[in-house]
Amino acid sequence: MTTDTIAGAVVELNEEGFLVDPSQWTEEMAVELARREGIDPLTERHWQVIRFMRQQYEATGSGPTVRVLGKTSGVPVKELYQLFPKGPAKLAAKIAGIPKPRGCI
Amino acid sequence: MHRIVVLGAGTGGTLAANRLRRAYSEAQATITVVDQDDQHVYQPGLLFVPFGKAHLEDIVRPRGRQLHRGIEYIVDPIDRVELGDRQVHLGGGQTLPYDVLVVATGATLAPEETEGLTGEGWRHNVFTFYDLEGAEALAQRLEWFDEGRLVVNVVELPIKCPVAPLEFCFLADWFFRERGVRDRVALSFVTPLDGAFTKPVASHRLGGMLEERGIELVTEFNTGEVDGKAGRLLSYDEREVAFDLAVVIPVHNGAAYVNRSPGLGDPLGFVLTDEHTLQSKASPHVFALGDAAALPTSKAGSVTHFEGEVLVENVTRFLAGLELDASYDGHANCFIETGFSKAMLIDFNYDTEPLPGRFPSEVGLPLMKESRLNHLGKLLFQWFYWHTLLPGHDIPGVHSAMPQRGKDRGSGSDEEKEDRNDH
Repeated sequence: MTTDTIAGAVVELNEEGFLVDPSQWTEEMAVELARREGIDPLTERHWQVIRFMRQQYEATGSGPTVRVLGKTSGVPVKELYQLFPKGPAKLAAKIAGIPKPRGCI
Repeated sequence: MHRIVVLGAGTGGTLAANRLRRAYSEAQATITVVDQDDQHVYQPGLLFVPFGKAHLEDIVRPRGRQLHRGIEYIVDPIDRVELGDRQVHLGGGQTLPYDVLVVATGATLAPEETEGLTGEGWRHNVFTFYDLEGAEALAQRLEWFDEGRLVVNVVELPIKCPVAPLEFCFLADWFFRERGVRDRVALSFVTPLDGAFTKPVASHRLGGMLEERGIELVTEFNTGEVDGKAGRLLSYDEREVAFDLAVVIPVHNGAAYVNRSPGLGDPLGFVLTDEHTLQSKASPHVFALGDAAALPTSKAGSVTHFEGEVLVENVTRFLAGLELDASYDGHANCFIETGFSKAMLIDFNYDTEPLPGRFPSEVGLPLMKESRLNHLGKLLFQWFYWHTLLPGHDIPGVHSAMPQRGKDRGSGSDEEKEDRNDH
């Protein structure tokens, strides 16, 4: 665990760079977290996914997988990979300040 | 008189109905089971069909015949469940009211969700062995495949029996060696995971076994398209894997009626279920087990078997107005066929990943190690399945809760130990 200053706020990050306390997250932090991952600027489509991730996390306690995101967020899977390259579910979760989606078994 | 309705007459529905029938006399409860057909497939047998080592007549039996006397069996598709009215609506128009509903309708393959998968190449150079027709068609194709690149691809998790694609690779290696053409066949395992398997110690061991056999491992590959005509898999991040023959495990959903039943399931149609009590999160009158349940454990027959004990205990407690206390620990136990008449055994639960040692105790079968004994165990299991597990009896020495004894927690390389600490 490390302590870091993001968008002017002091927060704790886990070893993979995810926010330890999702309630500390702000939209300003998302901009900064995205920039660190090479996503700059955040477009309205990015925000659609980020807000959807936050809602899902608040409703169910975990972030959705890529396929669920593709089915329910209104952004198709192909575009999700363009918006959040490599691992959309993981990267969007990190920027949305929620825990890494639980891996499937 | 309690009214118990069980949806699905596969592994979970059959063993739950049979156990419940023993728990209640016919004067105490009616038990009605519904399925859309009368074909009960011993699914672990599907793995052997492509290699000519199992045939349909060995692995398919009538569903109704596996149910005890005093259980009503209806063959009809399910239209939807109305949780508020506590009723199941069937496709034929019949309505079944319930006091307790057991959902055991498994997982459904959805190859059409992957672009190109059911296109031109389907059943020509693109196959799956995850259903009867696919496994048989693949058997015919493998008979004359003796040169080229065979690719085994898992599109996305969750899938039934997550070790089966690896077993397919090991058996294919053996199959081509026996036929004397292994040097002309390239084998690749292409997975969305970052290793051969989900759990670190087993992933490390299974990855090593692929390497020993000269099977290429391609990781973090998220299949976006299967192009049968050009013979290539394309990932969403624009990587490409060429093939002459692709064996693809399609994405899985829950049964279609789940998403026609408001509140019952998640967006993929798996039933939202408490991971310890197996009670639905949407209604206290509903319980779920097996592949149908959205639980953080493997979708596997052993899991369903272990859940069965807990589910029946909790259904009887619920109907008696008692607090649920039986607790499922995520226990899974899988034989992994490794070829050459050997197999490996893994045993794990929600909290304990697969470890070396012996099962079910210090004098049992070797864990995480290839042995002939485990292969015999896997073959013998088919007998236990029809004669012990489905009728709802216990297998001697094997219990719902994962045994702590016999597991070797001190072994493994330092690297593996570090991996373990991460989880």
